[in-house]
Amino acid sequence: MKKPCTGIAVLILFVPLVLLTLAGCSKETQIVLNVYNWGDYIDESILDDFEKQSGIKINYETFATNEDMYIKVKQGGTKYDVIVPSDYMIEKLIKEDLLAKIDVEKIQTYKYIDSRFLGLRFDPANQYAVPYIWGTFGILYNRTKVSDPVESWDILWNPKYAKQILMMDSVRDSLAVAFLRLGYSLNTTDTAQLTEAAELLIQQKPLVLAYVGDNYKDMMVQEEAALSMCWSGDAVFVREQNADLEYVIPKEGTNLWLDCMVIPKSSEHQEEALRFIDFMNQPEIAQRNIEYLGYATLNTAVFDLLDTQTREDPALYPPGEVSSRWEVFADIGDANVAYNRIWTEIKSR
Amino acid sequence: MVKRPVSLIYLCLIFVFLYAPIAVLIVFSFNATRSTYSWGGFSLEWYRALFQDRQIMRALYYTVLVASLSAVISAVAGTAAAVGIHRMKARIRRIFLALNNVPVLNPDIVTGISLMALFTALHLRLGFGSLLLSHITFSIPYVVLCILPKLRQLPAEVTEAAMDLGATPLYAFYRVVIPEIAPGIFTGLLIAFTLSIDDFVISFFTTGSGVNNLSIVVYSMARRGINPKINAVSTLLFAAVFILLLIINKRDAAAKQLEV
Amino acid sequence: MKRADVNFLQYPYILWAGLFIFIPLVIVLWYSFTVAGADGDAVFSLENYERFLSPVYMQVLSRSAVLAVKSTFICLLIGYPAALIITRLPRMWRNTILLLLVIPMWINFLLRTYAWMVLLGRRGVLNRILEFFGLPGQEWLYTETAVLIGMVYNFLPFMVLPLYSALSRIGKETIEAAEDLGANRFVVFRRVVLPQSVPGVIAGITMVFMPAVSAFVVSALLGGGQYMLIGNLIEQQFLYVGDWHFGSSLSIIMMVVILLTMALVSLYDKGASLEGGNLW
Repeated sequence: MKKPCTGIAVLILFVPLVLLTLAGCSKETQIVLNVYNWGDYIDESILDDFEKQSGIKINYETFATNEDMYIKVKQGGTKYDVIVPSDYMIEKLIKEDLLAKIDVEKIQTYKYIDSRFLGLRFDPANQYAVPYIWGTFGILYNRTKVSDPVESWDILWNPKYAKQILMMDSVRDSLAVAFLRLGYSLNTTDTAQLTEAAELLIQQKPLVLAYVGDNYKDMMVQEEAALSMCWSGDAVFVREQNADLEYVIPKEGTNLWLDCMVIPKSSEHQEEALRFIDFMNQPEIAQRNIEYLGYATLNTAVFDLLDTQTREDPALYPPGEVSSRWEVFADIGDANVAYNRIWTEIKSR
Repeated sequence: MVKRPVSLIYLCLIFVFLYAPIAVLIVFSFNATRSTYSWGGFSLEWYRALFQDRQIMRALYYTVLVASLSAVISAVAGTAAAVGIHRMKARIRRIFLALNNVPVLNPDIVTGISLMALFTALHLRLGFGSLLLSHITFSIPYVVLCILPKLRQLPAEVTEAAMDLGATPLYAFYRVVIPEIAPGIFTGLLIAFTLSIDDFVISFFTTGSGVNNLSIVVYSMARRGINPKINAVSTLLFAAVFILLLIINKRDAAAKQLEV
Repeated sequence: MKRADVNFLQYPYILWAGLFIFIPLVIVLWYSFTVAGADGDAVFSLENYERFLSPVYMQVLSRSAVLAVKSTFICLLIGYPAALIITRLPRMWRNTILLLLVIPMWINFLLRTYAWMVLLGRRGVLNRILEFFGLPGQEWLYTETAVLIGMVYNFLPFMVLPLYSALSRIGKETIEAAEDLGANRFVVFRRVVLPQSVPGVIAGITMVFMPAVSAFVVSALLGGGQYMLIGNLIEQQFLYVGDWHFGSSLSIIMMVVILLTMALVSLYDKGASLEGGNLW
């Protein structure tokens, strides 16, 4: 027994030594920009290009949820220069005075940003956030399995599709569907409205096959379910995999979501951060990025470059009137307690 | 003794169970589409993309480095700790055993956030050091748990007998105690390595300054869906470990033959 | 006593445990006994513990505990024979087999769990195999069976390793001696092997049961997120509600409950070692 035991032990001892010597090489005194983004949310070759062009090194890190990111930024301990949070989280970060003001004059490419996505409630005066990606959510369904017309959120409550429905494993998103169906604001904190929405979700629970994360895409492609909540950007990817799938924004309305680039107050390289943001909005770069991501662009110059088929895809670029029926998530502050309490109740039935 | 064929079939079934998902994810590393669920034809696309990826290879490097360092350090420290705890008076021992169990028992998020709070309170810059420290912290208890049963099986007289024969306490410890508890140390080392390589939550909260491990990269992809590049890197890691294992076994077998 | 000479070994650990286990524990305790006051200060309060008394939360904890008990039990049931078989293998193989047992765990947890979804789906690999043999396909995914499969899968090596290390010392000689004395295989197992392996069983149960109580990702993915478990709830409080106070008290309550349970288990253990294994 001794032999293989020592062999393995020696090996485990050697690996770190070799790795450490390998790493001990390059150390330069270059400006390093810490970029903090969602995982797999950029065409990474763009980072290389930025480094080449500007001589600034990029330290690219990723997070899984807004909330994870928030704790890291709030606690300090490590400094970030550009982060990409979503709408409601930006509002929260601004409230807590964690973001630096951005001088849009210094961003030459700012003019390309579609004005529909500026001045929204989380940053009314456009002082903090530069929009990065946007989208909506709706219903993804399989044409061969759903015989009724899919126009309304009501269909997610249709007993005909019991155990064929996927909902999101997230309080805000699932409650949002209930609010939309009831005709309430997505950001309501009214107790009576909350209770009503909670009852609706509890009533729906027996019909739900599963509360899912990103894997709803695979489940729908594999036809494990017939109906699912879905984000617009994913819809394009999913349709390519299975031609029977269709994405619809129901008539009651939808959620407009935005991820924006912001600069934390603690950043030590704000000038360079602005340069990075400027770079990301250059039409040629933004186009490459959007092609990699498959989401909708908010850069007007890039939009003009798109082929007509993409431009007229209602999943990515819904017709203008939809914008009268969409609402952005806001930071609901203390109401989070009530929201999560409801979620716990739904999930303990 | 246990009947051979039955027990071998049993072991084989367990290995089928353990390796079935691994086989699935290896297959999907050769998938032509960006899905880890539905098959779209054979391609080496994700391996090509992997070598152009700036994040994954670095993360792999840190993952292996932190896992091996923390496993070795925890194994050494855990052995010392187990021996120490074993010799404590019963009442104190019970307290330390409970304390030892706290990281095993605590949800990762609590361990992660409280360690992060501790590091920031100490004005320690989050990065490689804090990551390694926290991995050692959650690994030691498991090593202790692996070694304590071995120490309890060890008759107290063994060390004393050795010392009666003129061995110094330290010599007796190395020559008598260590070989007896070696299987415990070995399993502890394996567990520590495994825990480290697979940890996400604690790593996420205690790292910083550009130091990432593979788990952080994988989990952060959860919103967009896991990129099959990860399947490719896992396949390579898996293949590397397998080849190493084969080499070691070959070498041992050869050494055995020479001895004979 | 001469034995005292190696006792210095315990001091580094005491220091380490004090800094990295005890202090964080005190931080968590402090949070659990305070609430955010009017001007953001922390005020002493038992409110967090009172809040837990609502039936919803109790149910969350009991559901998690039941799931953990079930998966620990299955791990023990499957793992014990496996560990026993490994100790009977030729010496050369043993470490290799042990390594082969943990190597799957070196592949990321999320990937492994996603792979299980491919295996267990309605049109998954398992159902296709069943259909191939003319058997009807089953609903696996999003059932308790799937959750248990996932839990056992992830925890099994942590059961087998300590069991193996405890069983590995019971030499062939002891067993053969017992057999020579006329004991049959079953008696040898009950009287010699089982009692000697009790510390390993305890270690294995500890290593599987304790983390299993707060594990929740497997249940969220393979069980379809139908139920909230204590791990979810704690994460929700820390991350989404931002109420570290209630989150801390939840984890303290969970710890106390589990430590008490484990103390009961170790009472058994003490009995076994005192009576020299006459417990069974």
